[in-house]
Amino acid sequence: MKFSLGANQYYWPKQKTADFYQQAAQSNADIIYLGETVCSKRRELRQPQWLELARELAKSNKQVVLSTMALLEAPSEVSLLKKYCDNGEFIIEANDVGAIELCHQNKVEFVCGQAINAYNSPALKSLLKLGMQRWVTPVELSKDLISAILTEMDGFNLRDKFEVETQAYGHLPLAYSARCFTARSENRSKDDCELCCIKYPSGRTADSQDDKQLFVLNGIQTMSGYCYDLRNDLASMKGLIDIIRISPQAEETFSILNSFIEQYQQPTFKKLADNHSNGYWHQIAGMLSA
Amino acid sequence: MELLCPAGSLPAVKAALEHGADAIFIGMNNETNARHFTGLNFNDKRIQQAANLIQQQNKDLHIAINTFAKPGEFAAWQYAVDKAVDIGAKALIIADMAVLDYASEKYPDAEIHLSVQASATNKAAIDFYRNNFNVSRVVLPRVLSLQQVKQLSRQTDIELEVFAFGSLCIMAEGRCYLSSYLTGESPNTVGACSPAKFVEWEQTEQGLESRLNNIVIDRYKDDENAGYPTLCKGKFKVDDNLYHALEEPTSLNTIDIIPELAKANIASVKIEGRQRSPAYVATVTRLWRKAIDSYYQDPENFRADPAWMRELGNISEGSQTTLGAYHRDWQ
Repeated sequence: MKFSLGANQYYWPKQKTADFYQQAAQSNADIIYLGETVCSKRRELRQPQWLELARELAKSNKQVVLSTMALLEAPSEVSLLKKYCDNGEFIIEANDVGAIELCHQNKVEFVCGQAINAYNSPALKSLLKLGMQRWVTPVELSKDLISAILTEMDGFNLRDKFEVETQAYGHLPLAYSARCFTARSENRSKDDCELCCIKYPSGRTADSQDDKQLFVLNGIQTMSGYCYDLRNDLASMKGLIDIIRISPQAEETFSILNSFIEQYQQPTFKKLADNHSNGYWHQIAGMLSA
Repeated sequence: MELLCPAGSLPAVKAALEHGADAIFIGMNNETNARHFTGLNFNDKRIQQAANLIQQQNKDLHIAINTFAKPGEFAAWQYAVDKAVDIGAKALIIADMAVLDYASEKYPDAEIHLSVQASATNKAAIDFYRNNFNVSRVVLPRVLSLQQVKQLSRQTDIELEVFAFGSLCIMAEGRCYLSSYLTGESPNTVGACSPAKFVEWEQTEQGLESRLNNIVIDRYKDDENAGYPTLCKGKFKVDDNLYHALEEPTSLNTIDIIPELAKANIASVKIEGRQRSPAYVATVTRLWRKAIDSYYQDPENFRADPAWMRELGNISEGSQTTLGAYHRDWQ
């Protein structure tokens, strides 16, 4: 089993990002995903700086993957995506099929990110032909569905042609919109957002009127209100999942990573914290816990 | 510019034909359909009847096969594709790469439209579907501004279809998992958002409460109109501020921008609402027919008639309409 740090979903000041990846370089993570995936206006780090950071991390014996945007609307966003897909050094995490098209044209291998709807084995077969080398499972897919899909891939003699990664910790990205909900929460429009996401290093929570933490607003992205937490399910990933993903948190990411590694090696039941859930893995509503 | 109207039943097909639809889209009554609601849609016999009605009047039939196939159940999606080709559908509306691959390989001459559920919002994504799956038209998600639609139209010669009227999905379609997060069921997995079987209403001390799988979506005072608890249209709290944190109950109406859509070479304007009544389909089709005809009669002087807008407003969610993401300020 390998462990990865997914791309940071939030918008942090440059120094906080630099500090985070300095720690990441020394951490127990095997794979590190880097880059802005949510909003093209978030430019504390620009493309040359992300690449520089990627090269630094690669020196620490980590596999580095450049993550790309999930929702691409403007031609300028596609132009920037082209530069990433043609970087010549690192593989790409595609979070939109546009990135797959550009990787394929450039003969660059790619990771199929969790924002791409690859829900079954024929879809994975198509993606393998185009250069997919790793599949990050879509958030909605349960252990049983993933297992059924992989059994079908085994039947095609293709299971050993790619790795499988699943997010095991962190708020889940659940939706992408034209509208910026963080700006809306400050009564601004997107064009007048003043990059206010930077004030919320863990996003902003939206609660129901009976005080359940329903969503986390993170720019144009809506995340799960509860933190996805599969710490008690790691044993069931053996033989199924190749890479366990921890999504970067504003605090404590590396102690969480270490506790997951420990928990994988020596599973002991841990009561989930309040506002944590594991429903999707068990094929029930995502916010519930099995 | 084609007027493409929805139908969830034979009476709705007839209503759309009678009131001026150029084309009609329908789906089967199973989970291959992203409007899979009880009592709606078409079994094998009815879908043949719908095809006959539409073809007799020389109008176009589009079949939506726009959910994502589950492992072990791919045969249902293959069957839907075979059936659509068999009854002579003009176009198949498909979202899943697996289904796209099957349809384009088995029926190389079939006209394949990329469903909005595939969420292609940019030139590179359109190229992906065109190059790999022989797609000839793309239905654009309701996340692009009018300016972005125009830019895309300049960049590609593929046919573009846009949503013109109806319920407003505010998230990139096909990539919204909020419904399964709350209920375990989503458009991608079962073909329904905020499914009715999870809806409960309760009169409480704080007012009429709408719940979805036991989550409070909204509370209404006595003088407020209560709406269906679509989860993205509830009132939620951010810090101490209680408001429609994602979106208000409202419908999309783009009559005002018909001239811009026509000038941007949009091939088709789509009316959302296969889950709506035949009477609703009749009204929207009739008014949109008038609006499009009025534009082509005198393109330079086109004005949205206030009477059309009133009538459309009255049948809209929350009795209000918006241009949604087409209008930059909405974003």
